[in-house]
Amino acid sequence: MSIHNILTNAGEWLRGDGPHSQIVVSSRVRLARNLKNHAFPGWAKKTERLQILEAIKPRVEELPEMSDAFSVYSQDLTALEKQVLVERHLVSREHAAKGVGSAVVMNRRQTLSIMINEEDHLRMQAIRSGLQLKHVFKMIDKIDSALEERLDFAFHSQLGYLTACPTNVGTGMRASAMVHLPALVLSEQINQVIQAVNKIGLAVRGLYGEGTEALGNLFQVSNQTTLGEKEEDIITRLHKVIEQIIEHEQNARQMLLQKKPNTLLDHIGRGYGILLHAYSMSSKEALNLLSFIKLGIDLNFFPEECRQPIDELFIETQPAHLQKGSQQKLAADERDSLRAEIIRAKLKAFPWPDADRVKPPDADPTG
Amino acid sequence: MNCDVCKQNQATVFLTQIVDGKMQKVNLCESCSREKGVTDPTGFALADLLLGLGAAQEIERSGATQKCGVCGFSQADFKKTGRLGCSHCYETFSEGLQSLIKGMHKGILHVGKKPSRLAKSLEREAQIKTLKRDLSKAVSEENYESAAELRDQIKQIEVET
Ligand SMILES: [Zn+2]
Ligand SMILES: [Zn+2]
Repeated sequence: MSIHNILTNAGEWLRGDGPHSQIVVSSRVRLARNLKNHAFPGWAKKTERLQILEAIKPRVEELPEMSDAFSVYSQDLTALEKQVLVERHLVSREHAAKGVGSAVVMNRRQTLSIMINEEDHLRMQAIRSGLQLKHVFKMIDKIDSALEERLDFAFHSQLGYLTACPTNVGTGMRASAMVHLPALVLSEQINQVIQAVNKIGLAVRGLYGEGTEALGNLFQVSNQTTLGEKEEDIITRLHKVIEQIIEHEQNARQMLLQKKPNTLLDHIGRGYGILLHAYSMSSKEALNLLSFIKLGIDLNFFPEECRQPIDELFIETQPAHLQKGSQQKLAADERDSLRAEIIRAKLKAFPWPDADRVKPPDADPTG
Repeated sequence: MNCDVCKQNQATVFLTQIVDGKMQKVNLCESCSREKGVTDPTGFALADLLLGLGAAQEIERSGATQKCGVCGFSQADFKKTGRLGCSHCYETFSEGLQSLIKGMHKGILHVGKKPSRLAKSLEREAQIKTLKRDLSKAVSEENYESAAELRDQIKQIEVET
């Protein structure tokens, strides 16, 4: 399979048909592993990194899950192609900065991605749409078990899997869910939620944007620690917390609809107006306004068939995705114009928003 | 307030996280936060950075062995990167790492998955270790009969592997 296939087809998690996918965009589990008797990638010399790479890459490619894989050396990808993969969460930003001595292998559905020689020799991830942490853990656990039949992983009887950074020892696992929480942000309850989640050893961060700012009202909730707790227990704890966050977000939406319906509709309506008529749109503004349209679809302000185009716009308006269609690199203002153009074209097909259709969210929104 | 990493520029990014009731704070300047990938919340970078800074100080304080005998990694290197050189570094710097790991994790003992192939050999290694300790005790007590027995047992296990 070629990079072309990957670039032109969005991955499974972007289709948004997993459980609770209105609020939980995706679930992801990453495992860090290293080979025994080799320096970690950041310390290994180039020749050793190449040895490591050639020891691992064929073993990954021969996995049955990777029979239709896209497998590529880092130096064979352009900066733009790497950035597209970063925007799709298939490689980390750190991995995208690597050249000779690193590689990535991913399956056609883009649910599995194995980075070789990132910060650790292996960073393996499974990602799916909606809330399905247990399922993605099983997927990546299976890959890990298959690989360790053929590779000698660095393992310590007390510390578990050894990693380049001591923050990842033990399970070497980061489980996370990306959640869309516009009502908690609008009602200014988000900081309380973040603090409560932090207290039990889980981390909440804005997905896009710097510092504590969360563009597009998108957050990532993940486990903070990796040693002293079983993988399944970490996953269960995280899953429960996400379920509670979903409930809080639903309650916040209900409250806004009851107490401040016009404020809520105003945000959605203005978002729609600007997106439909703007001729220049920064990535930041796009994310924030698209978030309101997404909320508008959840609340029936727009019909359900608008969901897929909006979810796609979240990714397609990211800088690298914008530029993958054009031959040369675009300047910032050119990107902003192109972004506005793409958004206008999609929104033109939307029916007129209808405030009469708006209804409170279901008690059990599994859609 | 100055940046915790470069200690020069004005800090503009302030991060606070609570890990097991312990508050971790980091103040960064714009360029360090970008360089450390703090702006990429999808990476491991943020937690690593927060804990990595403390890590270097911890190791330095403990005054552990200076260089890893396997990979040549030094304390100074750890201070610079917050990462270790190889898996053996965990032995080399074990003294400093112990309290550090205790502070950053829920426990100090791995209770999760074990490589199945390794589980067996680990068991054997542990067995040999115990036997060898018994052996040197027997020798020091001039209990040559049981020392001979222990030697045979050790040989037996080693032959099996
Ligand atoms: Zn700085
Ligand atoms: Zn070492």
